[in-house]
Amino acid sequence: MFAIVIEQILNGLLVGSYYIVLSLGLSLIFSLGGVVNLAHGAFYAIGAYFAYEVQRRLGFAGAVVLAPVGVAMVGIGIERLFLSRLYREDPMLGLLFTFGLAMTVEQTLRLIWGTTGLPFPIPEALRGQLFLGDFIYSYYRLTLMAVSIVTIAGCWLLLNKTAFGMIVRAGTRDPEMVRAMGISLRPALTAVFALGVALAGLAGVMSAPLAGVQPAMGIEIVTAAFVVVVIGGLGSFWGVVYAGLLVGVVRGITVVFYPPAAEASMYVIMALILLFRPRGLMGEKFEKFE
Amino acid sequence: MNERKRSTIERPGRRKLLKRSAALGVAAAASQLGFPAIVHAQANNIKLGHITPRTGFLGQLGEYGFKAAAMAVEEANAAGGVLGRKLELIAEDSVNPQTAVTKAQKLAERDKVLALVGEINSASALAIAEQVGRYKIPFFNTGANSDALRGKNCNRFMFHVEGCNTMYTKTIGTWQIAENKIRGAKWYMLTADYAFGHDLFRVSSRFLTENGGTVINNDMVPTDTKDYSAYILKIRQAKPDFVYINLAGVDQTTFLKQYKEYNLPYPLAGGVMDTIPFWAAGIDSLSGYWQSLWYHELPVAAAQAFTKRFSDKYGFPPDNQAWGDYVGVRIMVQTISETKSTDPVKYIDYLEKGASFDILKARRGMFRDWDHQLLQEMYVVKVKDKARMKDKWDIFDLVRTVPGPNESLELIQPTKAENACAFA
Repeated sequence: MFAIVIEQILNGLLVGSYYIVLSLGLSLIFSLGGVVNLAHGAFYAIGAYFAYEVQRRLGFAGAVVLAPVGVAMVGIGIERLFLSRLYREDPMLGLLFTFGLAMTVEQTLRLIWGTTGLPFPIPEALRGQLFLGDFIYSYYRLTLMAVSIVTIAGCWLLLNKTAFGMIVRAGTRDPEMVRAMGISLRPALTAVFALGVALAGLAGVMSAPLAGVQPAMGIEIVTAAFVVVVIGGLGSFWGVVYAGLLVGVVRGITVVFYPPAAEASMYVIMALILLFRPRGLMGEKFEKFE
Repeated sequence: MNERKRSTIERPGRRKLLKRSAALGVAAAASQLGFPAIVHAQANNIKLGHITPRTGFLGQLGEYGFKAAAMAVEEANAAGGVLGRKLELIAEDSVNPQTAVTKAQKLAERDKVLALVGEINSASALAIAEQVGRYKIPFFNTGANSDALRGKNCNRFMFHVEGCNTMYTKTIGTWQIAENKIRGAKWYMLTADYAFGHDLFRVSSRFLTENGGTVINNDMVPTDTKDYSAYILKIRQAKPDFVYINLAGVDQTTFLKQYKEYNLPYPLAGGVMDTIPFWAAGIDSLSGYWQSLWYHELPVAAAQAFTKRFSDKYGFPPDNQAWGDYVGVRIMVQTISETKSTDPVKYIDYLEKGASFDILKARRGMFRDWDHQLLQEMYVVKVKDKARMKDKWDIFDLVRTVPGPNESLELIQPTKAENACAFA
């Protein structure tokens, strides 16, 4: 029994790394722009569909790189045309806009690629399993975890070791002051939105070989992303990381003991966190969010 | 008044908003909006209602069903309509049981349809059956499998074109018994945690146990599970002889793909098989023997002709759901022409008294009088060798027809003892 639980914990960390990539973008967009991006799942789906097209021509490696870039382009277009007008308005407007956007995107995917799921096999080179003692890992999932770690590290470096990151962090904390210093947040807002949706797109690419590609795929994951962000705490990079891992591990253990509650386990964690730490695991007190 | 200023003052805390949004996200996922088809009702037309989930986790199947039903109506009109009048299809999206009730009421009360055709979700089908019972019009269930709909919850106004869970289980079961795969074997089950899955688990585990197999574990899996790795690790630890999935729709696709990812040595079987999730999983993820209600490569002239017409029109072949909705409309058309009536109560009488229908299979189908299940052939199919595939839809070889040509169609049906039905 002990071995089974350990195996599930390790596997849960692996699953969790995927939750992190999924949720990090949502957290970034919300932290800086104050937009609750209900269309996050839509960008996730767009990422998967782009990947479907790219991998047929350039292989899966090409898809991992190009599909998120494509999603970022779409994101920039939408941010410039629509969202940039809503930052200073009632946050409800941004929420309604992205809600509508999510439905529009889903129907558009249906129109272009059809209503049924598209087959998306695991790339030939990543098939197979690694056996460590009695434990089993699929190469594809290990690759997925490596991509996640690189992505998370990259985001951290970008936010903490660059001038751009400094503006983003300052803007998250106190946008008025950043403006007063003569720095325009406009380009940073666009870049963060592009980065955020690209991360969603990347999560979509990574999940395509595991769960397939179909129009409704985005709607189903957006809630999970929200839950991870709420558990982690607003504005906190590491909060999202810990929350993602926590959700992955708790889910795995729940499957061992009581599978019907597996998908509900993350909501239980969220409820507990909100009761005892309303700002989330690592959430800080930011004036603009209160 | 300064708009901008006002909105700043009244701005709710963003943190609070995020929490509310999380709740909204849940609500949005649970109840996606359904859009009614825009149609202009003609007073003199004979109206049929099509009601099926076109969005949500069964939406992929529903869309095929709708396309086929629309085609059946078009063909009927091209052949001169029914009773000299034009047939009109009014289509609604029944995302979930609540919506199904509203849409069924709307179709019966406002559109005054003579019959309803469609549905996939067993809980929705039950809700619709209660409504048609009130309005006294027939409902042809073309996609809901739950045995309870034909048994405990059976309804005089509901007719089942779709096979029930027992039929699917016994179809593959006859083959499994013949191949000696059940007696003494350990089975690990995964079951979708809602009405359909529970019903299928009850039926399939009973069948395996009665025939000498053991169900060593059953995991109730929440619908829309994205990651099965935790379950697959459990299966690996349990070392069963076979893995049996009582899953449907997208969940089937996801599981098939991920099961292949881990390449466990235990063969897969399942309580039901729909072609669409299998197509979506792709041939690389498929293996073994499955049961099918209808497959587009059946060596039957009528089936081939239907496949051709459907493919020409839409660019892809029909699946078993498309077959169900097409046949459902065809049965209704025949019923109206034969009874020469627009009184739905007369239809029930006609359908119950042994009328037989061309259902695009070798043998004709008819409804069993005591539970309204369509008696029909089913098929055991084997996943095709990839090298021999004609196109990406060509995934199965036909192994055998069940029941065989000389056997009674009752062979795969639930008996009265297994699934008693008493019409109110």
